[in-house]
Amino acid sequence: MKRIVTALAAAMTVALGGSAWADGQLNLYNWGNYTNPELIKKFEKEYNVKVTVTDYDSNDTALAKVRAGGHGFDLVVPSANYVQIWVKEGLIAEARPDQMENFKNVDERWVNVPWDPGRHYTVPWQWGLTGIIVDTSLYKGDINTSSIFLDPPKELVGKINVAPEMNDVLYATIKYLGGDWCTDDREFLKKVRDKLVEAKPKWIAMDYGTIEKFASRDYGAAYYWNGAALRAREQNPNVKFGYPKEGFPFFMDSVALLKDAKNPENAKLFMNFIMDPQNAALISAFAKYANGIKGSEQYMPEDMKGAPELVVPEEFQKSGAFLESCSPEVHDLYTRIWTDLLK
Amino acid sequence: MASAQEAAEAAARSDVRNRWLLSAPALLIIFFAAVGPLFIMLAYSFMAKGDYGDVKFGQFSLDGWFSVLFERDIFDDTLSLADANLSVFWRSLKLSVMTTAVTLFLGFPTAYFIATRPPEKRETWLFLITIPFWTNLLIRTFAMQEVIRNEGILNSVLLALGVIDRPIQIMFTDTAILFGMVYVYLPLMVLPLYAAMDKLDFRLVEAGYDLYATRFRVLWRIIIPLVKPGIIAGSILVFVPSLGAYVIPRVLGGGKNMMLGNYIELQFGQGRNWPLGAAISITLMAVVMVALLFYVRSATRGEAGREG
Repeated sequence: MKRIVTALAAAMTVALGGSAWADGQLNLYNWGNYTNPELIKKFEKEYNVKVTVTDYDSNDTALAKVRAGGHGFDLVVPSANYVQIWVKEGLIAEARPDQMENFKNVDERWVNVPWDPGRHYTVPWQWGLTGIIVDTSLYKGDINTSSIFLDPPKELVGKINVAPEMNDVLYATIKYLGGDWCTDDREFLKKVRDKLVEAKPKWIAMDYGTIEKFASRDYGAAYYWNGAALRAREQNPNVKFGYPKEGFPFFMDSVALLKDAKNPENAKLFMNFIMDPQNAALISAFAKYANGIKGSEQYMPEDMKGAPELVVPEEFQKSGAFLESCSPEVHDLYTRIWTDLLK
Repeated sequence: MASAQEAAEAAARSDVRNRWLLSAPALLIIFFAAVGPLFIMLAYSFMAKGDYGDVKFGQFSLDGWFSVLFERDIFDDTLSLADANLSVFWRSLKLSVMTTAVTLFLGFPTAYFIATRPPEKRETWLFLITIPFWTNLLIRTFAMQEVIRNEGILNSVLLALGVIDRPIQIMFTDTAILFGMVYVYLPLMVLPLYAAMDKLDFRLVEAGYDLYATRFRVLWRIIIPLVKPGIIAGSILVFVPSLGAYVIPRVLGGGKNMMLGNYIELQFGQGRNWPLGAAISITLMAVVMVALLFYVRSATRGEAGREG
C-alpha cells in the first residue's frame, strides 16, 4: 500500500511539474526543427535545469509574440538582420557573452559582426545560406544560378518551392537583375516585382517543410537553406545544392537573452554551454548548418565533414552577403512588392 | 397609503438592482472577453503602424482602412483599387461558397439517409458522423495531404487502376483547399440537417406521392421547405469558419494561395502592418455579419410566408 502511495505521489509530482527535481527552468524560443534534443538533454543533465523549447516559423512571429509580453521565454534566436531591431526595441539584454568563459572558442570571423559588434548581446547559434536545391534526376543543367527559380527550365516548371522569406527572395531577385540591396530605385524595383510575378505561376509552393517533400518527390527544386538541402540529400541522393552566382544571402542566427527573462542565470549558463565546441557540434549535427565555434568540426558527424552544401566553393565566396536591415521606408516598398507577389 | 407605495417602489428598485448584480459576472465576462478585444482591434485599425510591427500608440491614422480598399501604386503613386486585397478576398469568398454548396450537396442525402433509418439505428450513424471531431483539425488536414499529394493514396489508386497515366496535381492548388474544407466541415452541415429532418413529418411526403407528385416535386415542394431551417443553420456553420480558414489553406495551399486568414496573419507578421491587419479582420467580421443577417431575414420571410 505504501509503495502505491509513493508511486502515486511521484506520478503526481511529474504530472504537476517535473521541475520538482530540477534546480530551475529555462525556456528557449527557437525556430522549428532547429534544436537538437540531445543538446537539451545534455544541458538538463549537466545543470539540473528543466528546458522547454517552443518553436516559431519566422523572425516577425517571434518579434510580435515577445513584444506582446507574458511569453515566459528566456532565450530567443533572431537572425542577423533582426538583432538590431530587437536591441532597438529594448527586448534583449546585454548578456555580455564576450566575457563568458567559453567565448574564446568563437571563431574570430563571428566576433566583430555588424549586427552585434564585439558580441555584447548574442552568441552564434548556426549560420548558412539560402541557395538552390535541385533534384538532379529531373534537371541536369547548371544549378549555380537563381534562374532555377526566376527563369525556370521547363523540366522544373510546376515543381519549385520558394521559401516564404521576403528578404531572402527579394535579395536573390534584386541581385539576379543586377541591383543593390536596399535600393529604392522605383524603376528597378518595378522590374523586380514583374520578374517575381512572372515566375510565381511556375512555382508549386511557397512553404516551409521542404526536406520531406524532396524525399517524397513532391518538389523538384527549391530556393531554400543549405542545411535543409543536406538533410534532403540524405533522403533522396539525387538532391544537389547550388550557389547562385548572381548573389545569395548568408544568414546567422544568434542566441539572445530576453530582457524580461525569468531565468536569466540559467539562460547565461546555456549561452556559455553552447560555445563549447562539443556542444556546438551537437547543434550542427541536428540541423546540419555550420556553427561558428572553433574546433567543433572534429566532433561533427561524418556526413557533415566536407559536405558540398556546407563548404562554400572558393569561386562563389564573393557572391554571398549578409543582409542588412533596410530602412522602414524601403522595407515598406519591399513589403508591397511581396504582397503583390503573394496575392 | 403613500408609504406602502413607496415601499413597493423601493422593493422594485432593489429587485432591479439585484438582477443587475446577479448578472454582473456574466456581463463583465462578455464585456472583457468578447467585446473588449474587438474594441482593441478597432482602435489598432485607426493607428499609425510601427516601424517593426505593432502600432504607434495615440497616433491617429486612416492608412489601415484606406489600404483595405485602395492602394497607391508603388511605382507611379497613382491611386487604384487594392488589387491584392480584393483578389485574396474574392478567393476566400469563392472557396467558402463552393465549400458550402458541396457540403450541402453531399450532406443533404447523408442526413436524409440517417433520418430515414429505424430510430434505434440512427444513433449509430450519427455517432459515425461525429468521429472526425475526435481528431485535431491540424492532423485531419495533414491526413488530407497524404490522400491528395502526387504520390498519395488517391493518385496511387488511380494510377494503379489505369484511369490516369501521370499523377494529377491537386496538392498546393485551390482545389486542394476546397477538398480539405469540404472534408473538415461536412459534419457541421450534416448535423443541423439531420436535426431538421428528424422532425420532418413523413406522412406529408406520403401525401405528396398520393397526390401524384413526382419524386423531384416532393423533394422541392415538401422536403426542402420543411428542412429549410436546417439548411440555413448548416450553411452558416460551414460558411463562417470557411471564410476565416487558416490552417487548411496554409497546409494544403502551399502558402501560395492565400485566404483571408493567412493574409491577416501576414500583416501581423512579415508585412509589419498591424493597422491593415486589424482593419481587414473587422471587414471580415462585417461581411460575416451581413451574410448572417441576410440568412436570418430570408429564413424569417420563408416562415412568415408559410403562416400567411
